[in-house]
Amino acid sequence: MTAHSNKTPFTPARREALFQTRRQFFASGGFSLGAVALGSLLGGAAPHLARARETSPAANDPAASDPRPGARPLPMLPPRAKRVIYLHMAGSPSQLDLFDYKPELNRLHLQDAPPSFLEGKRFAFIKGVPKVLAPQFAFAQQGQSGQWLSELWPNLSRVVDRLCLIRTVHTDQFNHAPAQLFVHTGSPRLGNASLGAWATYGLGSENDNLPGFVVLLSGGKTPDGGKSLWGSGFLPSVYQGVQCRTTDDPVLYLGDPRGIDRGLRRDMLDTLAEMNRAEFARGADPETLTRIAQYELAYRMQLAVPRVMNLAEEPEHILRLYGAQPGFVSPAESADDPRVLYRGDDPTFANNCLLARRLIENGVRFVQLYDWGWDHHGSSPGESIDETLPIKCQQVDRAIAGLLTDLEQRGLLDETLVIWGGEFGRTPMLQNNVRSDFKKGFVGRDHHPFAYTMWLAGGGVKPGLAYGRTDEFGYYPVENPVGIRDLQATVLHLLGLDPYRLNFLSQGLNQRLIGPSDEGQVLREILA
Amino acid sequence: MKPTLFHLLVVACVGLAFRPCAAAEPIEFARDILPILSANCYACHGPDEADRQAGLRLDLPEQARRAREAGTPVVPGQPALSLVMQRIETADPDLRMPPPSSNKSLKPAQVELLRRWIEAGAEWQQHWSFAPLAPRAGKLDDHVRAGLAPLGLDLRPRAAPQTLVRRLSLDLLGLPPERAWVEEFAADSSDAAWDRLVDRVLASPAFGEHWARMWLDLSRYADTKGYEKDLGRTMWPWRDWVVRALNDDLPLDRFTRLQLAADLDPTATTDDLIATAFHRNTMSNDEGGTDDEEFRVAAVKDRVDTTVQVWMGLTMGCAKCHSHKYDPLSQTDYYRLFAIFNQTEDADRFDDHPRLELPSADQQCRRDEVRRELEQRQAELTAAREQAKQADEAAAGPWRKLDFERLSAAHGTELKQTAEGVVEATGPRPEQEVYTFEARLAPGRQTALRLDALTAPFPDGQVGVGRNSADPNFVLSELRVERRNADGTYTPIELVNARADYSQPNWPVAAALDGDTKTGWAVSPRSREQRTALFDLKQPLELTEPTSLRFTLAQHYGQGLVLARVRLRTSGEPVEKLTLPDSNPAVTRLQETVAALQKSAQALAQEIDQLPVLKELPSDRRRATHLHKRGNFRDLGEEVAPGLPAGFGPRPPAERPTRVDVATWLVNADNPLTPRVWANRVWARLQGVGLVETEEDFGALGSWPVNRPLLDWLAASYRDGGWSLKRLIREIVRSEAYRQSSVPSEAALAADPQNRWLSRGPRYRLSAEVIRDQALAVGGLLSDKVGGPPVMPPQPAGLWRSTYNGRKWIDAEGPDRYRRGLYTYLKRTTPYPSLVLFDGGSGEVCQVRRIRTNTPLQALVTLNDPVYLEAAGGLARRMLAGDHSPAERLRTGLQLALQRPVDDAELAPLLRLWQKGVARFQAAPAQATALLETSRFHATGPLALLPASDTPPKAAAPVPKNAPIDAQAKANADAQSAAWVLVASTILNLDEFLTRP
Repeated sequence: MTAHSNKTPFTPARREALFQTRRQFFASGGFSLGAVALGSLLGGAAPHLARARETSPAANDPAASDPRPGARPLPMLPPRAKRVIYLHMAGSPSQLDLFDYKPELNRLHLQDAPPSFLEGKRFAFIKGVPKVLAPQFAFAQQGQSGQWLSELWPNLSRVVDRLCLIRTVHTDQFNHAPAQLFVHTGSPRLGNASLGAWATYGLGSENDNLPGFVVLLSGGKTPDGGKSLWGSGFLPSVYQGVQCRTTDDPVLYLGDPRGIDRGLRRDMLDTLAEMNRAEFARGADPETLTRIAQYELAYRMQLAVPRVMNLAEEPEHILRLYGAQPGFVSPAESADDPRVLYRGDDPTFANNCLLARRLIENGVRFVQLYDWGWDHHGSSPGESIDETLPIKCQQVDRAIAGLLTDLEQRGLLDETLVIWGGEFGRTPMLQNNVRSDFKKGFVGRDHHPFAYTMWLAGGGVKPGLAYGRTDEFGYYPVENPVGIRDLQATVLHLLGLDPYRLNFLSQGLNQRLIGPSDEGQVLREILA
Repeated sequence: MKPTLFHLLVVACVGLAFRPCAAAEPIEFARDILPILSANCYACHGPDEADRQAGLRLDLPEQARRAREAGTPVVPGQPALSLVMQRIETADPDLRMPPPSSNKSLKPAQVELLRRWIEAGAEWQQHWSFAPLAPRAGKLDDHVRAGLAPLGLDLRPRAAPQTLVRRLSLDLLGLPPERAWVEEFAADSSDAAWDRLVDRVLASPAFGEHWARMWLDLSRYADTKGYEKDLGRTMWPWRDWVVRALNDDLPLDRFTRLQLAADLDPTATTDDLIATAFHRNTMSNDEGGTDDEEFRVAAVKDRVDTTVQVWMGLTMGCAKCHSHKYDPLSQTDYYRLFAIFNQTEDADRFDDHPRLELPSADQQCRRDEVRRELEQRQAELTAAREQAKQADEAAAGPWRKLDFERLSAAHGTELKQTAEGVVEATGPRPEQEVYTFEARLAPGRQTALRLDALTAPFPDGQVGVGRNSADPNFVLSELRVERRNADGTYTPIELVNARADYSQPNWPVAAALDGDTKTGWAVSPRSREQRTALFDLKQPLELTEPTSLRFTLAQHYGQGLVLARVRLRTSGEPVEKLTLPDSNPAVTRLQETVAALQKSAQALAQEIDQLPVLKELPSDRRRATHLHKRGNFRDLGEEVAPGLPAGFGPRPPAERPTRVDVATWLVNADNPLTPRVWANRVWARLQGVGLVETEEDFGALGSWPVNRPLLDWLAASYRDGGWSLKRLIREIVRSEAYRQSSVPSEAALAADPQNRWLSRGPRYRLSAEVIRDQALAVGGLLSDKVGGPPVMPPQPAGLWRSTYNGRKWIDAEGPDRYRRGLYTYLKRTTPYPSLVLFDGGSGEVCQVRRIRTNTPLQALVTLNDPVYLEAAGGLARRMLAGDHSPAERLRTGLQLALQRPVDDAELAPLLRLWQKGVARFQAAPAQATALLETSRFHATGPLALLPASDTPPKAAAPVPKNAPIDAQAKANADAQSAAWVLVASTILNLDEFLTRP
């Protein structure tokens, strides 16, 4: 039941009021949605919104009458990517053991770190003078592009020519929660809007029956920054990421209660719609019609979400490609300390990668994966470079390679931007606060904000490229340093959103993902 | 000025947008011109000195009118001669303003406005919200009608009495009305009856619970600390204080003073001090390896930002890094204010120090008792010890004084011997020391050695056994005794069985004999009274002639932990007869008692709630405050003194202003912002949207107030009414504007589509907590318990997965399952999902208003969340009370939910649903059982609102007593009950139910 089939007689004035109210909703809080976004609000707005655009020219571009600085005229830029899959390795993997090959560290292995490593630096845990730590795994050149990759990436090595490696990412945060918040919301403090929220705010979703911004977790823990990492901050709450879960309801409260089947639910919604239409006839409040529409949308979501989340529909060769196992429930997901249950064959992350493909295939704009367990300090069991990192890599290597391959073979890679990375890097030194000797199972590196590796692949990005170079220890960038804000500007740019103009007035500031200054630069050299 | 219809429509649509005026209409600077200048010009030609270009400020008229080399920026009356217009209109991209690189551009209508403004004389006016309040004149409704008249509209007739009562109750209490209120007011709807009802509602304790939510949002209240670990902390006593303060109608000025600065008032009570937790709701970061100073500074900045937001409706966020581009707040202003707040003791510490102990009456009583007991026992112990010591001294019997021939110290200490054989250390106090004493002993038997560490006075009047006044402990690393041989050499004498009346944990007296100088005997914390140790000689010494013994007391710990006064004595008695003074049984018993009491005192202290509060640093520990360049706390600029920003009313004359002065300044009668901001906030809570829609921004970029005379009337009423919230609310709800029907007229829909001018009663979706509380109340489940620790009503499993935080969410049973939403445990990184889905906040930063959304996920909550199903189960039970027809039961259900008379026609769809439900559940009995279980239909909840006459739930097909249980009859009964739950759930999802009428 929708507003279109509503039998309530509309006077023209009422109809106009209805549209005005919706626009007022969008304009309130000082934000102006463009025509594109107007059509899809958390998987599509009420059908009458589409009518609003047709009948009311002003609604096409509220920004046109908006004099505030930076108000967003649409369309912004030609998009290179339509969708994003962002794979965040929470805890931050060691770039020196995975992507940034530094043989010089072998020469200095277990010698005192040179003073240049330490002077004027703040570390999270390192005390005194730590020892240099050599790469713990073998590196070799891979693919046509000849990228140096660690032996921990046997599968990723096969698709390395799809990647655009950036080895010189740097941040100014060296604790997990603030650094994750900085990467994902543009501010190390809580309360800002996340990248996925900005993307959905700017572009809407392509599927009316699914949320526009979906979050999937693995590794047994929520990332350190918590739910704020996919929050909408000052943007309306409809833009926050919806966490889809692989156990229980895939979306909170999605399942009908025990005892109410689909037929009864349909009967109930029909009754509600009938009574709500009568209420509209009495009160003439267009929000009533929106409510009817939202209940209908909820009903469709109840069908659409479980369907898209059902991996069992995938053929065997695809499951194998990712290493996915439908229905698998990892014991790590309910353990007090999931680290002790780490197993290389745990398919949770692989399942999430496959879900990510299914979601974007169905029009979801932004899929964010967080995989916890990459914080390898070496200070307690189950968090070391030498023992835990290989297990974590085993969990993700095949899945990521499978995802890229699958996207490509479906022709989706060109329009899907895939991002991989942590919140910072790890030091070229052995972490020493608990034990200063080199001991099996306790080899760790501290947080390193000055240079680390991320990679992009797919929509609009040059494949087979390595951008930026670090010094012989992998300590600092020496060529093409890339700040978090550069990365954010680039991602928005790829999506067709002007990072400098995409803003939202809140607390007296034109809030932007890239922050108040224009220091963030689109990385033109990596654009395809 | 009369707004044109077009003008109003545009205002209403875009809120902040400028309004192109009809040609005849006079220009108003603050409304028409300032937004253009703010948005397009001030970034480079405004208050921020750092980014200022060409030395030109367009916010200052004298500068803008002054001739410059290139021309005069603004020539009043002469747009063509004004440089500003020339530069705006030039085609030359190098000269054009705003420059193309700024991504800003003026629209033709804006250019036209500027031209007309200059033509008309280019008058600058103060930003509207900084101007003094207009004195209160007329009545509230006069101002509303004055706003409506130009639109050709008037107020709508009053809403139905039942609607009014529901509206009033939801607005003031966040709960549905009591049935009696509705019935009484329906019978007598006179003004006097309304006034009586308003007073009754305002007197309900639920009032404070509902309005506290506003303060909780503003203060970023949560039950956890935030960030990675997001561990719990005790903030709820502050929440309860707010509830009490609102119920007591604590005036806003006092509210402000207590919250911002009660700790600076020497007469403050404990209850007053609780108020200061307002600013301890800031987050703190316990993540390993974080810099506490970084997060302390972040918290102080949050306090500055929040204070300015909450009271003045201005943002200072940008002034952290640079001077405000639009409002008169410089970066220096920011850090001067920061300097005032930068002087509290809290420092992002794990224990949230400083905290205020809040013992319950019972705990206080128990603690007083323990303390009294402890004091008494300690006195007894001291006395007993003294007695034992005296007895010991008097008995001196077994112990023989030593007369020393030689005293020496290795590191410069001066040693003296008294007549009593006590060696006193004076003179320089080295870090480490070795004392060597030599004594000549008469012939006889020697079996044991006794060492007394005696106390010496310090200049501050304290005493101690060590020489370091800051830590009067000593560490006796090694004690050696040697016998001097005839040839001048020394033979060691072995000591065994060391025992002392007290040894510090890990520093046992035996360690003084172990040959390891890293270990030793120490006595902290009992270092302010005499300590005694006994040592046995491994082989008793039989001296046949006078013999010299050498005693070496090595004290290698450092930090000056050396003995102050020491006495050595020997004995020849059998060692088993030699005892320590404290081995007196009376002393031992008392020691045990005291230890036990201390343990229970500690346990009690753990149990007592401790609330983080503000506490000013003592004057000798005040922090210096510097500008933080670009907001970076490690990149410091010039030092700034504490101070208040200029331009917002008179500043207190204090030389070194404190938080008290901030509070005074905020609520000063001449500060126009505080009353406007607060009156607007209260209006918005009652009417759904503020007269200034951007409740959080009253600055140049905020929205222009719709009906400014009304806003000033409300503001003046609040301020001049003694800042009484209840009084202000009473004035508003007594107005016709409040009481009018929410059904619009056709004319109102056309002329005031957004209802910004109040052409009808506002109708809007209820807030997150009210949605929940109302459903539980209508289901008869809501607990009326006020206050206390937060509770954990059901939430989907597996949500709490914070790293390094073992806390679990355990669904409450009993009344705590059904407490008001206000009391739901709020974990910042994982807030209660069903509240968040209805736009509730996460308590991370100051939330001035919640932007209302209408989403499918909300539908899923009220349809599927077990909380709402249990409410439906409760409502179904209430519908089943008494012996009535299905239609009558439906009427009961709708009336309970909507509090209004129900037409027969409204029952038909529900009756059809019920019948379909019965049929379905009869066909699938397992489904009926499942729904009855999920909705806890058979549970006996509090059902507090059930009238006493209600009988227990009864199905339409009753099973006769004592009859054999007929499975079919039970299935029928269950099918009917389940269908009632289905219907009840439908009622709880009606748009009308979720909406403020």
